[in-house]
Amino acid sequence: MLWSNIGRLIDPWRELDFVNRPRLRVLTPATIDFPAANIWVSGDKAVVSTEIPGLDTDALEVSVVNNLLTLRGSRQTEELKEGETYHRQERWSGKFAKSIELPFAIESGKVEAKFTKGVLYISLPRAEADKPKKITIKAEQ
Amino acid sequence: MKELKDQTQDNAERTRERRLYTPSVDIIERESDTLLLADMPGVDENGLDITVEKRSLTIYGKVDAEIPEKHTLVSSEYGIGDYQRSFTLSDEVDTEKIQATIKNGVLRLVLPKADSARIKKIPVTAGV
Repeated sequence: MLWSNIGRLIDPWRELDFVNRPRLRVLTPATIDFPAANIWVSGDKAVVSTEIPGLDTDALEVSVVNNLLTLRGSRQTEELKEGETYHRQERWSGKFAKSIELPFAIESGKVEAKFTKGVLYISLPRAEADKPKKITIKAEQ
Repeated sequence: MKELKDQTQDNAERTRERRLYTPSVDIIERESDTLLLADMPGVDENGLDITVEKRSLTIYGKVDAEIPEKHTLVSSEYGIGDYQRSFTLSDEVDTEKIQATIKNGVLRLVLPKADSARIKKIPVTAGV
């Protein structure tokens, strides 16, 4: 038991992981609004994945304005009948609205969202107008 | 909010090298059964393992998360890992009749009380 704890503290891979991704520590806020989201970027595409278990797609609204993605929805608690009592109530419930700022403006017409196993994946391509223009340099003869 | 499970509580280590999270649960006591709801996003019916031994209930969910290919994670609010949690049940459970369903990442577990655990009402008559 003792060894496994020491092993965890000096795990070289764990340290390397932190060194590799210092941005994550800076960007991870102290408190996280429901639902928790991860943002992935590759060139002119971004993917936002967010965990919202138990929600129907009807109860969920996804909208995009420029570089701002907004998620709205609500999750209800189980309705109790007479004689039923909660022993524990840890699961999040209520209405939520969460806005996520993306590194570039989004082509709102090409946004795709997929909900599977309680995880929502939103794929967000960069707007054509927002893409950097390549300037050709003419050489004087 | 899911939290990282304290691995020192477990005596045995798992062979699968993954982070293990404690799922948030609601437990509702009903007349003839106990209802347990657990948030396990990323788990489907194939990755679920529920065991009941005497009064000890363990739920384990294996997550097969889709990680976008060739993308870099630029901001992270949740970690990806499996779920595990154990409970000691207060009532004797009829293990034959346990029902488990999972929909949209929420496990719904109905644990019917065994006949012996049902409340026996003892009538009290007023003395003259």
